[in-house]
Amino acid sequence: MAGWLEQLLGKKDKSAEQAKERLKLVLIHDRTDLTPHQLEVMKNELLEVISRHVAIDPSAVKIDMAQDGREQRLIADIPLKPANARRR
Amino acid sequence: MAAKVLTVTSGKGGVGKTTTTANIAVALAALSYKVVCIDADIGLRNLDVVLGLENRIVYDVVDVVEGRCRLRQAMIRDKRLPELYLIPAAQTRDKNAISPSDMVRLCDELRNEVDWILIDSPAGIERGFRNALAPADMVLVVTNPEVSAVRDADRIIGLIEAEEKGPARLILNRVNMNLVKRGDMLNAEDVLELLAVELIGIVPEDEAVVVSTNRGQPVALDGKSKAGLAFQNIARRLNGEQVPFLSLDEKDGFFARLSRMFRSGGA
Ligand SMILES: Nc1ncnc2c1ncn2[C@@H]1O[C@H](COP(=O)(O)OP(=O)(O)OP(=O)(O)O)[C@@H](O)[C@H]1O
Ligand SMILES: [Mg+2]
Repeated sequence: MAGWLEQLLGKKDKSAEQAKERLKLVLIHDRTDLTPHQLEVMKNELLEVISRHVAIDPSAVKIDMAQDGREQRLIADIPLKPANARRR
Repeated sequence: MAAKVLTVTSGKGGVGKTTTTANIAVALAALSYKVVCIDADIGLRNLDVVLGLENRIVYDVVDVVEGRCRLRQAMIRDKRLPELYLIPAAQTRDKNAISPSDMVRLCDELRNEVDWILIDSPAGIERGFRNALAPADMVLVVTNPEVSAVRDADRIIGLIEAEEKGPARLILNRVNMNLVKRGDMLNAEDVLELLAVELIGIVPEDEAVVVSTNRGQPVALDGKSKAGLAFQNIARRLNGEQVPFLSLDEKDGFFARLSRMFRSGGA
């Protein structure tokens, strides 16, 4: 069992694994024409707009780029605070 | 006959487009198809030397397009195979001497004469690439298991889709199984996950390619080397056959197989 964990951790060190992880990020940005910085700015603007209408907890928000075949998707998971919590 | 036009391209240079074009052409011709390959790398002619036909060139593709010769006159026949022809690139001409519509016209003229038209694209995303892509019915993208080649392949696959010439099919060339096993080279699975395209061939890094290119005798002329066999398998897949991907294990000799047998027997 410990060997399993070691193997998993060790794998992260292999240069091929690093190449793959780096390529994943590079390809997202090549395909969408968005830099990591622009993506961050967009996320913050989105949150700002949403929180004008509903209460959200910014730390629970997940907005990420995902690959679906050769398409990129922007996936947002934004938990809303319960309405009664807001009224109080 | 209605030929299929197959374009071999890559984005990044030097990944093995010309080697792939020459070998698939040879392998298809050995399956008794009538094959013409066109070198679309104007100014950097190479398919002629890889095929070993450099001494027989009289006319080239620009001569055809500009009407200095008939199409037939620019087709060099490879005497090793029943029906394999090369239309060489011009070496001294400006690479804008040909346009995408010239290439479409040229291929249309050949379509009723042959079974396969293979086009060796230059690297990059400029005019030469557009020329090679314009007449394509099918596009093969060659890449190597290495970050910049994969990145450029992704870009080119996107462009092929945008031109409605997709889906492109992938050839992963120069795979070194020792490095893959050590975790120091991307494997086919990794590359396919990143690029999300269909795989049509895995070609190992093979000294036989270097030797055969020195001699002008493409490896696919015989199936004695791993790379030669890999190219023959690609030709068979293009032909619609289901061919399993090669095991690229270096030590795939008798003893390795024997020890595997014992291991699986014991498990
Ligand atoms: N599987 C292989 N094993 C070993 N060497 C290879 C293999 N494939 C290609 N090569 C070598 O790599 C070099 C580049 O190959 P090739 O000329 O086919 O690439 P290319 O993509 O056509 O290049 P360019 O972009 O300049 O047109 C050549 O020296 C060739 O012999
Ligand atoms: Mg080339």
